[in-house]
Amino acid sequence: MRTGQTDRLDIGPAGRTSGPVLEIRDLSVSYQTKRGNVRAVEDVSFDLASGEFLGIVGESGCGKSTLLFAIAQLLSAPAVLDAGSVMFEGVNLVNLSEHQLASIRWKKLSLVMQSAMNALNPVKTIAAQFSDAMRAHGVTSKSDITGRSVEVLRMVGIDPVHLKSYPHQLSGGMRQRSMIAMAMLFTPDLVVMDEPTSALDVVAQRSLMVQIKELQQQLGFAIIFVTHDMSLVSHFSDRLMVMYAGQVAELGPTRSVFDTPRHPYSTGLLEAFPSIRGPKVPLTGIPGSPPDLARPPEGCRFAPRCPQVQDRCKADPVRLYHVEDVLVRCLRAGNGVSSGD
Amino acid sequence: MAILTGAALGEPAPGVAEPGGQVQAGQAIGRIWRAVRSNKKAFTGATLLVIFTFLAIFPWVIARDNPEAEIYGRSLGPSAAHWLGTTSYGQDLFAQAVWGTRETLIIAVVSGALSTFLSVIMGLAAGYLGGLWDAVLNFITDVLLVVPTFPLLIIIVAYLPGIGVPGLIAVLVVTGYSYGARQLRAQTLSVRSRDYLEAARVRGERSIYVILVEIIPSMTSLIVATFLGTAVYNVLAAAGLQFLGLGNPNSVSWGTMLYWAQNNEALQTDQYMWALVPGALIGLLGAAFALVNYAFDEISNPALARVPITRTRGLNPVVRRLRANRAD
Amino acid sequence: MTDAAPLLRTEGLTRHFQIGGGLHRKTLHAVDGVSLEIGEREIVALAGESGSGKSTIARLLARIYQPTAGEIHFQGKPLSGVRSRADILRYRSDVPMVFQDPFGSINPVFRVSHGVQRSLKLHRPELSAAERTAEAERVFDIVGLSPAAEVLNRYPHELSGGQRQRVGFAQALAMRPKLILADEPVSMLDVSIRIGLLNLMKQLRDSQGVSILYITHDIASARYVADRLIVMYAGQIAEAGPVEDVLAAPKHPYTQLLLSAVPDPKAELSLDASSDRGEPPRVIDPTPGCRFRWRCPLAITDCANITPVLQDLSPNHGVACLVAQAGAEVKAF
Repeated sequence: MRTGQTDRLDIGPAGRTSGPVLEIRDLSVSYQTKRGNVRAVEDVSFDLASGEFLGIVGESGCGKSTLLFAIAQLLSAPAVLDAGSVMFEGVNLVNLSEHQLASIRWKKLSLVMQSAMNALNPVKTIAAQFSDAMRAHGVTSKSDITGRSVEVLRMVGIDPVHLKSYPHQLSGGMRQRSMIAMAMLFTPDLVVMDEPTSALDVVAQRSLMVQIKELQQQLGFAIIFVTHDMSLVSHFSDRLMVMYAGQVAELGPTRSVFDTPRHPYSTGLLEAFPSIRGPKVPLTGIPGSPPDLARPPEGCRFAPRCPQVQDRCKADPVRLYHVEDVLVRCLRAGNGVSSGD
Repeated sequence: MAILTGAALGEPAPGVAEPGGQVQAGQAIGRIWRAVRSNKKAFTGATLLVIFTFLAIFPWVIARDNPEAEIYGRSLGPSAAHWLGTTSYGQDLFAQAVWGTRETLIIAVVSGALSTFLSVIMGLAAGYLGGLWDAVLNFITDVLLVVPTFPLLIIIVAYLPGIGVPGLIAVLVVTGYSYGARQLRAQTLSVRSRDYLEAARVRGERSIYVILVEIIPSMTSLIVATFLGTAVYNVLAAAGLQFLGLGNPNSVSWGTMLYWAQNNEALQTDQYMWALVPGALIGLLGAAFALVNYAFDEISNPALARVPITRTRGLNPVVRRLRANRAD
Repeated sequence: MTDAAPLLRTEGLTRHFQIGGGLHRKTLHAVDGVSLEIGEREIVALAGESGSGKSTIARLLARIYQPTAGEIHFQGKPLSGVRSRADILRYRSDVPMVFQDPFGSINPVFRVSHGVQRSLKLHRPELSAAERTAEAERVFDIVGLSPAAEVLNRYPHELSGGQRQRVGFAQALAMRPKLILADEPVSMLDVSIRIGLLNLMKQLRDSQGVSILYITHDIASARYVADRLIVMYAGQIAEAGPVEDVLAAPKHPYTQLLLSAVPDPKAELSLDASSDRGEPPRVIDPTPGCRFRWRCPLAITDCANITPVLQDLSPNHGVACLVAQAGAEVKAF
């Protein structure tokens, strides 16, 4: 289900492998809680081409972090993978054992989790942590380890002298970069990032984003970047996926989603950002709250908050419709479209 | 994080409390009852405690015989007349066990409560007030913490021969409060920087109010756990002291039963009941306190209390169902 | 801004912290020589990154910290003269604070009515119990929590983050304040919820006549809600003025850097020399001179020796930069 891609900034995705790096089909995850079965992720499907930058945008409770865990096979009780497949370079990760996954993790697929800078061991130097990571994946030669550590730190713009530093001696931005460097140790094909910049100030954030984009162009890996800040990722992503209440609301090339959002939630989200430039206009945001995923609404999950809701929206669950180069889960947008997915 | 139903602000979330009219205390009792009833462990523990309390208050209802009277046949085995047999001195063991409940339970509850009270004052004051208060109070607590409690108890009690129950309680409280104080201080320190405490101060509340009303309720489960833990430990410590003969050997309690049993070589002379029953009862009382502890986590955190827990499989209800699903 | 005495004025406000111990004792200059004004019925945004001192200023104004030097004047009277319990309480009801963390700023053990009721008991003791309940419902209605009676009975965990922040504002309103100190009130909320609270703040200014000090690191929201903008760096004011003036023609290099770093989805990206890494400001035992000079492409030798002072370059628009004050065109980022 490949959708068209627009070139961003004259640099197309610099892929290394042919064929899509990731093919997610009908992924569904639910949490078993006291309150019932919470359907955190429902029927998510998308492809990720080699070297592509996919931004996943959504607010708290939309399921984006759960989706990441599901892709990386890091789900633990009470989360359950209900259905779906995660084809990574042709192999279905869902069926693999921990042992088999270990050979893929960090070498081909690495992660930078939220608040990554707190994931650094406070009592070990950076060098020791890089060394741990490399040893865990089979690199034993000391010179190899040191050489690679220096190399990845340079890649993220940190002076290698900081290998001897402890995490508390580095600033927040530098710690974040160290985590990204750690993710680069084995030049993976796919890097999954969960809000890596959320704890940083705006200047550090921007600098880090530019750095990530440059690294991507240099090394050619694909990125899945999860965030709640749409404007942050808009400059850098090739495609954008908007999630709401565990489902894909809209998915398409970044520019298309931005310039002409078709899902009322995407529109609402875009309009919830006051702008620095341009005229000052009163904004309304999106009233209400996301639905209780233990008892989701019958029809469209966004219907209770949608400014353009119609009666038919509340009746049956809505599927994804093709509209030009974008997939939208909205009856209004899907009107007049003959083909399904 | 709470997930609400519906979009309109007016729609209540599932399980919201009934509006208005309910008094705080009545609510708390209702929650305690519901929490205890729904949790099997807590229910078992609570039942045991109720039984023990009943025995402590009305021992004559169950045990007709005089526990101290040395009038029965000596070293008799269990029989219809003497359910647990008799001691070498001709005392009815069952009566002793039942009547001994009172002293043991008094020691447990009173020393536990006083010790917890002292822990709360020392721990919270040190944690909240900080500065010199913290330095001084904490120093005292740390010193007492480091000294091994039981040997200290033995030494103190050895200098006060024939010490009665009040003396025993006092000694237990002074030597035993330090562990709880340390924990409560640590918890206070971690809670101290929470915004809602700062909000209370900015609102204009006095320090004493903040400690009593804002901090203590949020630490209820820790305070109750401290009480239950201390009670158990004190029961064991008191029994241990009495077993060593340092308490009043003429009182009737499970500890003194052990003392006399040991003195008369009960195990070696096949008088198993005498040696084992008091020990088993002590263990049972300790277990009862521990089981009740399970219920109190829910009370102090309203977020957990509302919905009855349905456990599917043991403690961890989820297993990967993917392969089962694939069969569909 | 009116010509009458401002509602709140600080003069050389300074706050230092001692860090480290023994031989390594150092001084952290969290706030140094800040002189600002807040008028009636206005929203002033205090913007800056971490380490800028903005949160410390809020806590100084809320009397959580005492100033190391300088003075705060509220309604013309210095705060150092406020000593008695009655006076302190009155100040606290005039200048309440709303906190950043919706999940940490309300005690989870009590219903949400607790905070409002306590505020009313402390600051308006003349009210009867029935009047207090009526007043609680009134302020909950103003902040948009309806039906008020029903929401008052809920526990914090039954409310969303946005609703909890509204409770924070309601608690402040119950005291009939003159100035609300809002410490990053929307930073921890979802983007689509923020606008609702920003609109609430504007409404409070308009309908309740309350001034608000809005502390934030997000310039865009500052633009949306504030009348005036103060940009802080390393404990000092870099630039201050009417929000549109400052954003349209920023004169301090740091303000320009901040503006260039804000992602604007509608603008085209320039992937150029984004060489500024976001280095944290140096506030520990700082040397004299401009604290931004290490990151400033326009720094001259004087910048290392003379600490710039805030100076008005156009009406009400002040800048603390030697290069700008010398009349040169500042185009740093």
